[in-house]
Amino acid sequence: MSSITKETVNTIAHLARLGIKESEVAEYVENLSSIFHLVEQMDAADVSTITTMAHPLDMCQRLRTDTITETNQRAQLQKLTPFTEAGLYLVPQVIE
Amino acid sequence: MTLHMKTIAEMADDLAAKRYSAVELTTHFLNRIKQYDQQLNSFITVTEDLAIQAAKQADAARQQGHAHALAGIPIAQKDIFCTKGVKTSCGSLMLDKFIAPYDATLIEKCNAANLVMLGKTNMDEFAMGSSNENSYYGPVKNPWDLSRVPGGSSGGSAAAVAAGLAPAATGTDTGGSIRQPAALTNLTGLKPTYGRVSRFGMIAFASSLDQGGIFTHTAEDAALLLQVIAGFDNKDSTSAEKAVPNYRDSLHQPLSGLRIGIPKEFFSEGLNAEVGATIQTAITQFQKLGATIVDISLPHSQMAIPAYYVIAPAECSSNLSRYDGIRYGHRCEQPKDLEDLYKRSRAEGFGKEVKRRIMIGTYALSAGYYDAYYLKAQKIRQLIRQDFLDAFSKVDIILGPTTPDTAFKLGEKADDPVSMYLSDIYTISVNLAGLPGVSAPAGFVKGLPVGMQLIGNYFAEDKLLNVVHQYQQVTDWHKQSPTAF
Repeated sequence: MSSITKETVNTIAHLARLGIKESEVAEYVENLSSIFHLVEQMDAADVSTITTMAHPLDMCQRLRTDTITETNQRAQLQKLTPFTEAGLYLVPQVIE
Repeated sequence: MTLHMKTIAEMADDLAAKRYSAVELTTHFLNRIKQYDQQLNSFITVTEDLAIQAAKQADAARQQGHAHALAGIPIAQKDIFCTKGVKTSCGSLMLDKFIAPYDATLIEKCNAANLVMLGKTNMDEFAMGSSNENSYYGPVKNPWDLSRVPGGSSGGSAAAVAAGLAPAATGTDTGGSIRQPAALTNLTGLKPTYGRVSRFGMIAFASSLDQGGIFTHTAEDAALLLQVIAGFDNKDSTSAEKAVPNYRDSLHQPLSGLRIGIPKEFFSEGLNAEVGATIQTAITQFQKLGATIVDISLPHSQMAIPAYYVIAPAECSSNLSRYDGIRYGHRCEQPKDLEDLYKRSRAEGFGKEVKRRIMIGTYALSAGYYDAYYLKAQKIRQLIRQDFLDAFSKVDIILGPTTPDTAFKLGEKADDPVSMYLSDIYTISVNLAGLPGVSAPAGFVKGLPVGMQLIGNYFAEDKLLNVVHQYQQVTDWHKQSPTAF
């Protein structure tokens, strides 16, 4: 498994859309390295014949009838942020 | 006034016999919160007016003769459950201003039983932590020793019940966040089987591991409350369509013939010798109650921590991507562009441990690493589950220590995340398998509580509570309270 570098930290932070300051990168390198060192203990297990387990219960997605059960709560839900107008959420300009 | 030293079963009888009203009972606990919580910091929000209103409604329901058996019993709710019209912060600046627009199903069920919500309890941010030192609202103190942690992430709920500020509290458990604080604060802490309690309205950390549960002093009280919160919920696609038994009915079953498995891996290096000795005493007690002790092995136990610290962060990185500053939650000032809005809102809104876990999870799921980390961990999860299924073919219950040591000092592990993660060694595998687990008081080492963990087969909460109840009939560890409160 590969080691964690400053470049790795910056790439991951971008993927996660987390703004990391230059001064914080070294600490992330150290922390993530020690955590992945712990994670490498998984290498000792032979899992070549094992299936993945995504979920504890033996179940599949329940289906339901295609009827409307929810009401439009836009007005109530948009009270959660002041950045709304005419039923839309306000964001910085995206398209030039 | 020793009202707070009564069990919920006793309070329910008292309310039915009109020895006092729900308003008097609620006021008693609200006064204790005012008197003591500054020392503990166990509550983020105290809902005094709502509590009195709910208590009046409970009294009215009792007056009219159609009340639930637990109508008027006060309860503290972990601040991870959405409570309509009430701040729901998840211990984070990200949701500091968030007023939930709906009730979680668990909250709806508590309200339907006319339980009285005292307030929302403090917790490690987004349920990530084992000490309640990661809260935006400051750390919680252990009522048994204020220089020590109560455990986490449900540290506020544990401290509140342990100090007699609430007779019960809800919690959530993803890697041990009910059982570990229960062990460190001398409480009975139950994590039900995955799917037993609805996750609708329970702010998600790791969706295949999270489960809501409760803190009480006794197994009987836990049975009464589990009865309220358990059950199928259409709004939770992972909710189990399994009937809820009457948990109180099975409490009185004698333990003769019960086979208790003791995993050798839970008694090896890393376990404090005195904690181990305390658990051995509990094992002897179970033998006196008629149980047979069987040595078992859970050979892949060592893999639980590395597997968990891939799976949980991976799921958390996905779940926490919704906090983008757009529709709710913290938004940074004057964003330059959309990317700046996302990055700064999230950097400002989340604390250190949350960011660390998002980073781990994102890395584990990223191209080139997904197979090596995430898929591998999901296969190890299968091995861990198989270990338990093999064990349950030989025994009815598995017993061991809940934690490797008693409560550690505030700040002791704060700079070393790996050391903090290792304190979950006995609890984590239970979440990976989705099994039910309970921690119950088993004694003290140097004045600090020791918890024993019992693990049951899928949906065997009735058996777990029965076993703990029988133990609590012949021991009194669970009746001890910290003298300062």
